[in-house]
Amino acid sequence: MRVSYAVREEELQETSTPADVSLRNVVKMFGDTVAVDDITLEIPRGEFFSLLGPSGCGKTTTLGMIGGFETPTSGTILLGDTDVSRVPAYKRDVNTVFQSYALFPHLDIFGNIAFGLRRKRMAKDDIARRVAEALRLVDLPGYERRKVAELSGGQQQRIALARALVNEPRVLLLDEPLGALDLKLRKQMQTELKRIQQDVGITFLYVTHDQEEAMAMSDRLAVMNAGKVEQCGSPREVYEHPATRFVASFLGASNLIDGRVASGAGAALAEVVLSGGERVRVPGERIAQGQSEVSVGIRPEKLHLDPVEEPAREGHNAITGQVTFGTYLGVSNQYVVRGPGDTDLVVYVQNLGLRAPGIGDTVRLSWLPEHTFVV
Amino acid sequence: MSTAEASVMAAPRERRRIQLGRFVLPVYTWLVILYTVIPIVLMIVYSFNQAPSGRLTFQWLGFTTQWYQQVFAIPDLTNSLVNSLIVAASSSVISAIIGTPLALALARYRYRGKNLTDGVIFTNIAAPSVVVGASLLSLFISLNVNRGLATIIIAHVTFNIAFVTIVVRARVVGLDRSIERAAYDLGASPWVAFQKVLLPLIMPGILAGMLLAFAMSIDDFIITSFVAGQTLTFPLWVYGAVKVGIPPQVFVMGTLIFLAGVVLALINVFLQRRSA
Ligand SMILES: Nc1ncnc2c1ncn2[C@@H]1O[C@H](COP(=O)(O)OP(=O)(O)O)[C@@H](O)[C@H]1O
Ligand SMILES: [Mg+2]
Repeated sequence: MRVSYAVREEELQETSTPADVSLRNVVKMFGDTVAVDDITLEIPRGEFFSLLGPSGCGKTTTLGMIGGFETPTSGTILLGDTDVSRVPAYKRDVNTVFQSYALFPHLDIFGNIAFGLRRKRMAKDDIARRVAEALRLVDLPGYERRKVAELSGGQQQRIALARALVNEPRVLLLDEPLGALDLKLRKQMQTELKRIQQDVGITFLYVTHDQEEAMAMSDRLAVMNAGKVEQCGSPREVYEHPATRFVASFLGASNLIDGRVASGAGAALAEVVLSGGERVRVPGERIAQGQSEVSVGIRPEKLHLDPVEEPAREGHNAITGQVTFGTYLGVSNQYVVRGPGDTDLVVYVQNLGLRAPGIGDTVRLSWLPEHTFVV
Repeated sequence: MSTAEASVMAAPRERRRIQLGRFVLPVYTWLVILYTVIPIVLMIVYSFNQAPSGRLTFQWLGFTTQWYQQVFAIPDLTNSLVNSLIVAASSSVISAIIGTPLALALARYRYRGKNLTDGVIFTNIAAPSVVVGASLLSLFISLNVNRGLATIIIAHVTFNIAFVTIVVRARVVGLDRSIERAAYDLGASPWVAFQKVLLPLIMPGILAGMLLAFAMSIDDFIITSFVAGQTLTFPLWVYGAVKVGIPPQVFVMGTLIFLAGVVLALINVFLQRRSA
């Protein structure tokens, strides 16, 4: 996983291709509702990019503007170097996999997949060959003469993918394509989609509200909230260093403690005084110049939970608190600890079979300064 | 309360419900069906009755297929039936051509005056035929239009548009919007998308709308009687003949129209099933 990521970065540096899709200050209003609020994004060629956000945050609208089903109220959309903001959908080199699949029920599978090629007036033999190829790509070879209604949801999903990919678009748009599948099939299709994307090398712009899905599949992702992009980066960056409270809480559980910057904004390690009076160190670059009121965040799996009698861990930040709740989850135990300023902190402790702390015990929570984020 | 007690309490109610389902409702249903088909059955039966005077009697004089052999023996009657078929066929086709785009507009787009269009369609169906007929007549007179087959067709189109529009709109509303988007997405211009995707998908609705329009048209009496001038349609001719006695051919034609209607209705059901 790590290796392939590194390779991709190299490739990008080497070729430095222009962005396949660029959004510049794109706004979309429906009457008085602002569905998309000033989005600027660049998606390089061949990237698996996700738009992640809760329902109603403007993901579908954003995709619709790139696909050509909606016209931006203001701003520019570029495919490569071409401004397509006002180009109708049928003239854009973009294809979409719809959440409802939107297969044509009156055509057989061949008719569905060949639909785009026929519009390009491709020769009959070439169409037949490309359709067969596309069906092989999605692992449904020989399905040409099947009817749409005969296929299961998962198979229809693959056909929708084949129908879009067979046109070899510059960008493939996918709007929650796995949303209607059950959990097991969804996991399987995630891997499959990723494989197909690496096979064909087409830029994928993937929309989902499922953070796990976005993290598992994307090279980079943009976290959206209320029509705005809150943060854009690799899954690792966005998870480890969320830029806003929203991102911190949307991508998994996070613990946030209010504090005040004491010293060293811009230095290697800055000091923050928490609301309970404890001093903790955080990487200085995460604090903006002149910022004083901050929230310090730590992911639950980054926290160590120790009895206060034990010696403090070397080089760690530490705070104390009382265990108020414990849940046995098998793989791990989850605790809630009341920390500084009566903030409830969630801690995951790997289940190593050690003595578990009891409710009411006073414990020490410690973590490395570089695991701290600031919002 | 113990479970035994509970089941004892529940038993009578249970039995009553079963009887309602097994006995009362089916009998009721059959009575209603009987009530509605008796006139039709009578018509079919008496189309096989002997009638020495050439006029229908409701005395059973013996079985004959004579009237079926001589169904077109009365030129005026035949003529009126042909007129009715021409009017029904052309008005249902014209209404489909006008009503389908209207249905698409109503189902798919928001535009100024949409509520007004909706209202007009509803009014069109709700308005009493006498009013529609009388106003159309005064319109034709004031425009100095000669009344005949053309004015009948125009009149029938005015009320058939509403039926076609409502049936087709129901079909369009039931279609997933992203199916049209998928067509555009795959490079189809709006016209190609309409031809290759939308039209085939709403065709069952259009056919159903046309069948309904045909049925509404073929037996319309009131509106037609206002705008027909000297032209006679089948219902007008039959009405005129009542005073002197109806020839048995009327029942034969009625039976044939009924059978054609049944066949078309079955085709319609089949089409709707297949596309569902
Ligand atoms: N055609 C439309 N008319 C009016 N409001 C719309 C329309 N489409 C979307 N919206 C609104 O825009 C916002 C974003 O919607 P959408 O892009 O579908 O969000 P998402 O796909 O992230 O769930 C929502 O508040 C939604 O109600
Ligand atoms: Mg959506």
